[in-house]
Amino acid sequence: MIEQALLAMQLSDLPDLALQMLEASKTTLAVFFLTLLFGLPLGLLVCAGRMSKIPVIRYPIQLFLLIMRGTPLILQLFFFYYLPYYIVGATLPRFWAAIVAFALNYAAYFAEIYRGGIESMPKGQYEAAAVLGFSRGQTFFKIILPQVIKRILPPMSNEFMTLVKDTSLAQVIGVAELFRLATSTSTRVFSTVPLVVAGVFYLVMNTIVAKGFSIAEKKLDYYR
Amino acid sequence: MSILSVKELYKNFGKLQVLQGIDLQVEDGEIVSIIGSSGSGKSTLLRCINRLETVDRGTITLDGDVMVREEGGKAVYSDAATLKAIRLKTGLVFQNFNLFPHYSVLRNITEAPVCVAGVSPEEAKERALQLLDQLGLKDRADAYPYQLSGGQAQRVSIARALALNPKILFFDEPTSALDPELTGEVLKVIRNLAKMHMTMVIVTHEMAFAGEVSDRMIFMDKGVIVENGTPQEVFASTNPRTQSFLGKFHQSAL
Repeated sequence: MIEQALLAMQLSDLPDLALQMLEASKTTLAVFFLTLLFGLPLGLLVCAGRMSKIPVIRYPIQLFLLIMRGTPLILQLFFFYYLPYYIVGATLPRFWAAIVAFALNYAAYFAEIYRGGIESMPKGQYEAAAVLGFSRGQTFFKIILPQVIKRILPPMSNEFMTLVKDTSLAQVIGVAELFRLATSTSTRVFSTVPLVVAGVFYLVMNTIVAKGFSIAEKKLDYYR
Repeated sequence: MSILSVKELYKNFGKLQVLQGIDLQVEDGEIVSIIGSSGSGKSTLLRCINRLETVDRGTITLDGDVMVREEGGKAVYSDAATLKAIRLKTGLVFQNFNLFPHYSVLRNITEAPVCVAGVSPEEAKERALQLLDQLGLKDRADAYPYQLSGGQAQRVSIARALALNPKILFFDEPTSALDPELTGEVLKVIRNLAKMHMTMVIVTHEMAFAGEVSDRMIFMDKGVIVENGTPQEVFASTNPRTQSFLGKFHQSAL
């Protein structure tokens, strides 16, 4: 009897739950987009450092890449949230600590994807650009990067989709995003329905990401 | 005055001595072909002149501008402005074309004039279409490199080099990636350029073509110039190294 009452209550609460989740998704999306906003350009810088011929630049970057890719993101979240407290006696706001951790972590993965793309470019492209008088900057941004973007779309779509799901980790330092709402609601109403609904939310977001990438791939299909 | 002057040029790759004291002059309007077996250093020479490799020692002068000179046994390159000026006076056509796959044929040709030489887009386009017409590719302006045959791709890359109005054009085995039929297309284009008195230095394995089109032929072996004369002189040479190389060529021609 009690179980039935709870279930009935939940069903009537479903629209309300969906609204709350939509609200919490805003935070999830903010983590997603801010991570990309900072992580994508930062990754390019890290990649440049990783490919640098100067050991003093290359070795620290290699160490950075090892640590960021070699330790759990969940641990890095705690680290960037609590570390400032031990240094300056105050923490970053939870949300921004999460953005720092995500941006640095994803920049490491992006950097290696960029590097893979850049190193797959034939030497002849650089040489052709050089004999035509293009500067190094022009060569990279006009000739190399556009071709690299086309080549790295498939691994990038992996990272973007993983990021959508990884945003749920931000809850460990108390960021009120979608997954945190789902688990807390689930505990409160003794039901797994909120978790399933959250799953649907993530799936919808990633469907959009996947669609976006397939559109981008089609758009760049005009050359080989 | 020579348009290209190379003096005492040395280049090593580690312990491997690739160029061992090359002296070479090319006059305005002259067509010089460089022959020799693989590993003789002929491609490296071309790459040094086009600054795709840095030289160890020696002097290179192009159209009066010094690219690199020797000081105290070391190669010293000129300042960036001089090097850029030299760039715009020279063109290089590669064996593998190296077209930019993400640009249309037209943009492959116009990009450098617009972005490097500062030509207006309209003017660059007009010149590009004129070049394409001249090279029999008028209808391919909007195609992308992957849609071209090898012969067409090489002709586009020649047009791309010509778009900067170079004073001297270098070819690094321009037909080695092509089958005999497509080779003919490209050789025809080079012949036409020869008729227009374009100064050209051509590294090639097409011996018959080299003999027919060049004013001068150079035979390189093991990093040195062995022969430097008219095609008749080189083909009639009594030097054993030259004879041995040309002997192989005559045999394969049979």
